[in-house]
Amino acid sequence: MDALRFALTLLTLVIALVAIGWPLSTWMARTYTTDRDWLVERGVYRLLGVDARAQQRWPNYLRGVLAISVLGVLLLYGIQRLQAVLPLSLGLPAVPEGLAFNTAISFVTNTNWQSYSPELTLGYTAQLAGLAVQNFLSAAIGMAVAITLVRGIASRGGTGVIGNVWVDLVRTLSRILVPGALIAAVVLLATGVIQNLSGFQTVQTLTGGTATIPGGPVASQEAIKLLGTNGGGFFNANSAHPFENPTGLSNLFEIVLMLVIPFALARTFGLMVGDRRQGRAVLAAMITLYVLCTAAVTALEVGGAGSATVAAGGAMEGKEQRFGVLWSALFGSTSTLTSTGAVNSMHDSYTPLGGMVTMLDMMLGELAPGGVGSGLYGFLMIAILAVFLAGLMIGRTPQYLGKKIAGREITFVSLYVLTTPTVILAGLGLTFAIPGVTADVAKTSIWNPGPHGFSEVLYAFTSAANNNGSAFAGLTANTPWLNAALGAAMWLGRYLPIVFVLALAGSFASQDTHVEAGADTGGLVTHRPQFVALAVGTVLVVAALTYLPVLALGPLAEGLA
Amino acid sequence: MSSVISRGPVRTWSVALGLLVLTTVATIVFTAVVTLIGLVLPAQANGSLVTSGGRVVGSALIGQSFTDAKGDALPQWFQSRPSAAGDGYDGGASSGSNLGPDNPDLVKAIDERKAAIVRQDGPGAVPADAVTASGSGLDPHVSEAYALRQVDRVAQARGLSAARVRALVEQHVQAPDLGFLGEPTVNVLQLNIALAALAR
Repeated sequence: MDALRFALTLLTLVIALVAIGWPLSTWMARTYTTDRDWLVERGVYRLLGVDARAQQRWPNYLRGVLAISVLGVLLLYGIQRLQAVLPLSLGLPAVPEGLAFNTAISFVTNTNWQSYSPELTLGYTAQLAGLAVQNFLSAAIGMAVAITLVRGIASRGGTGVIGNVWVDLVRTLSRILVPGALIAAVVLLATGVIQNLSGFQTVQTLTGGTATIPGGPVASQEAIKLLGTNGGGFFNANSAHPFENPTGLSNLFEIVLMLVIPFALARTFGLMVGDRRQGRAVLAAMITLYVLCTAAVTALEVGGAGSATVAAGGAMEGKEQRFGVLWSALFGSTSTLTSTGAVNSMHDSYTPLGGMVTMLDMMLGELAPGGVGSGLYGFLMIAILAVFLAGLMIGRTPQYLGKKIAGREITFVSLYVLTTPTVILAGLGLTFAIPGVTADVAKTSIWNPGPHGFSEVLYAFTSAANNNGSAFAGLTANTPWLNAALGAAMWLGRYLPIVFVLALAGSFASQDTHVEAGADTGGLVTHRPQFVALAVGTVLVVAALTYLPVLALGPLAEGLA
Repeated sequence: MSSVISRGPVRTWSVALGLLVLTTVATIVFTAVVTLIGLVLPAQANGSLVTSGGRVVGSALIGQSFTDAKGDALPQWFQSRPSAAGDGYDGGASSGSNLGPDNPDLVKAIDERKAAIVRQDGPGAVPADAVTASGSGLDPHVSEAYALRQVDRVAQARGLSAARVRALVEQHVQAPDLGFLGEPTVNVLQLNIALAALAR
């Protein structure tokens, strides 16, 4: 019965993704290529003094991205520090410095890691004027950066320009994210997600005791939380909270929201480079990895390993009855594969190896299908690496869609691929190498004994550097060291890769190509199953070589014991 | 697009202004529009509140504990799942236990919960949801199996026939959305409200 219901759920998911994603991918391609501005967009450009027709080279584009991000961090930090004097703060005090720093970076980098419990920390103004803005903006930045790489690949003539950052951001917001989130919020409202400003109500229960019912503008936050692959919950329990995710229908809809833009962007890529087969190949590789990982998490959770799981008779610790094991695993895998980090069940209580695969989902580099924008550029970087490897094997100058992958290009790709693992392993290494820090983390932060405690810290750095934001949430991360170290990991894990992507986009845009779109070049065809397999293999090999040793210390040690 | 190449520096004030415009749109306009739409769906927007005897006794979506002041189960009410939200079902502090799958504390807690259920409800298998804390700590549901397991105890405590109480449970089994999007559930608060009405 369970299996049949789950199969029907997956079928519905596929139908919904095709029905929404197909037209959306066409719409996104038009959004990023049209010459026509909307009236409201022209108004914004005039207000900001932006020349919408001016094209930028990559350093200028990067300066725009960094400027708005740094200002965003300052604004969000300021709002949290001023919470005590802001309206609708539910009487909550200012957020302490370390936590405010961590949270500001977390939301600006699209990570949405939460070192705090929202209902005990943030009032409505901080959530709305602070966090919601970054939920929109950080998603838009990811998409804009991805599009520059697509433009670079598609470019002809070697002009070196990759777009206009202000136009890309404004259009992403006005044509995709704001209308999309509005529709999503209404659907969520209809399923029972709350939307009010009532604060906490106390009611008398049937037994004569009291119960607290929280309020809040949840539907509006929830919509962009998922559509922008942000993942920061309005409540501590995130999408496990019945007011964030009340029913089986809302659960499926939230999964659709997380997946739809990242998958659709693969097709948008094909449209923009003038060769749909290339988009299909990217999509096929993303789907292959998504299915493999999701099947693994699901099977391991159903398998129910772990002494406590066996004692209970099923992996229901940290899971909601309405979602059961299957619909929890589907959500957990989707969230960790999309860099969203929302959870509808507590990953810390997953079976040892099931929890490990959610970690592995992130370690793949958030590209199957990854976050909005970041998934596409993450995958394209790996695809280019795969082309380069294949080029070495067949002994020809590697090219991707007519763009030569020479020393300069492969340098940017290599730096991109190495950044996240370096940040994770350095953060983890420092945590366990500095004696005072190790003692503090062991005493204050780690919640579970044995290798699982190590896994909590590994998960935290993996999540932060990959801008996912989910956690083995038993970890108390609101300490000076973890707030600082995870904050740094989120910042470096977001903006160093963006620098390399923009640099590569600029490098491609400077190459004068005269190749017919879709022509096979360099002896390597990049739209056939062989290439899809090569790209999938590259993802798996890079992740396995990088992370197997560290996984052996935590989840593997626990799961194979 | 035209080929004008922008070389100018980034003007901080215009970036800051852009951020303020976005803050206004994302905060005030977007939230206000969704909140206005929420007025059309007041039941959902306000938290699916449920009443009994003319007063609000909770939300259909937020679980509650049916225990005495000491936290012991009241035998005349159907019991919710264990909860890690505050002291149990604290709507101001949603949380899972986050205990790991091999944590000895969790094994011990599960064994104790099992023993308590066998003591109160009689011998037999105990469903997994009855001995595990949910992700939110506010799970409003239990499995049909756990609800049925409590029937004899509740019937006895209330002086009702077990058949009547069992029929009530069976009426309250909710199929998942569309029949397949998730697990079947029993809403504990709604079941207990119906139970109170039955007794009267």
